Amino acid sequence: MDIGAQGDLIMNSDSENLTAPDVQTLESRARQIRRLVVQMNAAARSSHVGSALSIVDLLVVLYFRILRFDLENPRAGDRDRFILSKGHGCTALYATLAERGFFSKDILDTYYQDGGLLAGHADNHNVPGIEVATGSLGHGLSIGVGMALAGKHDQKNYRVFVLLGDGECDEGSVWEATMSASHFKLDNLITIVDFNKLQAMGRVEEVMNLEPFAEKWCSFGWSVREIDGHDFRQIEDALTKVPFESAKPSLILAHTVKGKGVSYMEDQLSWHYKSPNERELALALEELEL
Amino acid sequence: MRNAFVAALTTIAAEDPRIFLITGDLGFSVFEDFAGRFPGRFINVGVAEANMVGIAAGLASCGKVAFTYSIAPFATIRCLEQIRIDVCYHNANVKIVGVGGGLAYGPLGATHHAIEDISIMRALPNMKVLSPADPVEADLATRAAVAVDGPVYIRLGKSGEPRVHSGQPDFEIGRAITVKDGTNITLVATGGLVYNALLAARELATQGIDARVISMHTIKPLDEEAILRAAHETAAIFTIEEHTLIGGLGSAVAEVLAESGNRKVLFQRIGIRDRFCHEVGSQEYLRELSGLSPQHIVSRVVGYLSRELSKDIM
Ligand SMILES: Cc1ncc(C[n+]2csc(CCOP(=O)(O)OP(=O)(O)O)c2C)c(N)n1
Repeated sequence: MDIGAQGDLIMNSDSENLTAPDVQTLESRARQIRRLVVQMNAAARSSHVGSALSIVDLLVVLYFRILRFDLENPRAGDRDRFILSKGHGCTALYATLAERGFFSKDILDTYYQDGGLLAGHADNHNVPGIEVATGSLGHGLSIGVGMALAGKHDQKNYRVFVLLGDGECDEGSVWEATMSASHFKLDNLITIVDFNKLQAMGRVEEVMNLEPFAEKWCSFGWSVREIDGHDFRQIEDALTKVPFESAKPSLILAHTVKGKGVSYMEDQLSWHYKSPNERELALALEELEL
Repeated sequence: MRNAFVAALTTIAAEDPRIFLITGDLGFSVFEDFAGRFPGRFINVGVAEANMVGIAAGLASCGKVAFTYSIAPFATIRCLEQIRIDVCYHNANVKIVGVGGGLAYGPLGATHHAIEDISIMRALPNMKVLSPADPVEADLATRAAVAVDGPVYIRLGKSGEPRVHSGQPDFEIGRAITVKDGTNITLVATGGLVYNALLAARELATQGIDARVISMHTIKPLDEEAILRAAHETAAIFTIEEHTLIGGLGSAVAEVLAESGNRKVLFQRIGIRDRFCHEVGSQEYLRELSGLSPQHIVSRVVGYLSRELSKDIM
């Protein structure tokens, strides 16, 4: 890949950290979470199932291998922070948090239901483990910059991880945040872009071209790595090597597939909106057999 | 209402080459016809509402009628300063369309609820604020917005709203529509709640209360005459809105009444308390919790009147 003048782009090398059984464990967790996701979206008849499936593998590595937190005290001051800026992918986050033990899986049944605890966008008011309410795109990274600044000021060791959608990067506020993060030398801030190449009305390159995308982040002063966002070794390797450079924020450009894991949803725009009917759900669960 | 808006806009655009439609990456399975017929006048700016409004202002400065479109809070508050300066200060011919007014996006959560948009848009000089009651009014509001020069905010519901009007009412910006005549009290409602007000009026009739129902489809400029008439001809006015009680329809009506010198008419606002909604559920469920169902409106009216009113009016 052409890396431009800054030369900040670091290509991934395969991780030796994960053993084959480790990968198997992560795979089966991801499959379990995908099962929960399709079930939640089907029961609720809610949109965004494809958006959720896209980020499951990233969340699994984050929550089972990377993030430091205390389940007994999820608001402990030195915890790592995670912000799902693309809040519409919330069913993946809810299922991951439940699977990881932040709250009971029964709560997942209340997603989208009258009197339930889980809304159609990530909300920190009703369950533990969610840092901020998102759903309006383009907010998460600025909040992450604030958390990272506070961490520096308070001399804490926590890291801040922010997960953005690629379409979300249309928002000008994302680039304001991006500029400020490198200006303030926030090497405790890590952004992951879920680069699935689809947004709400079509393909990213047709709706609003982001290219040269990696180079944009480089030129905004970030240290950039590109990975396959469904390859556990690559995800783990990138996330264990942050910060990629000292005094710089880190960007992981994760190439993903919207709807990943359910063949008929993969890379299909319509699954931004549709929810699986009974037959489609059965098919999905079959494909996601544990 | 969304479909009625798009159908009207597509019809108008066929005759009026000034019409542009700019979306913030929304309108899947809604805008295909418009985009297919007028590809040069359909612009998706991506998920970038501030840019969307600035672009609309630029287009308007070159003689276009620029419609912006997103989910109501993103169409209004996400890009407020662009609306205030680029659009309103320049009195630009930009029409802002928000889909999902009030709690229409119920289970999607607080980020998608639009319960402060009316007050905020109303505060902006040059801005007109329309809040149609049903698909018929949404169609007429779209046409009226094109016919008038300058900024207009159209607050739509989403889809599947029941019809309030069986025929085509006279629709004029700033002129309220009396949906049902009545002599005892007046229910002044806006948006999708006009329908609930009608249902409430029907129930009130069985309890001997003859309620007038007004669709206040224009919140700014407000039809002061309709309010003063109601204050003169009926004993009590209730405003009903799917919106915070601060600064919306109820506040606008209260301002008129307070300065009118009418000290006799009773007045109550029915709307959403000053809080965010942390509850999860459908629009109907959240309306229920917020006291906006027809049954809640009836109880509020009856409870208040029985406390306040003298026997001869009851
Ligand atoms: C400020 C704002 N504008 C518009 C929307 C509506 N919306 C929800 S998802 C989406 C597309 C997001 O695309 P992307 O970030 O690529 O996410 P993904 O493809 O993973 O769903 C849009 C426009 C929103 N939630 N917030």
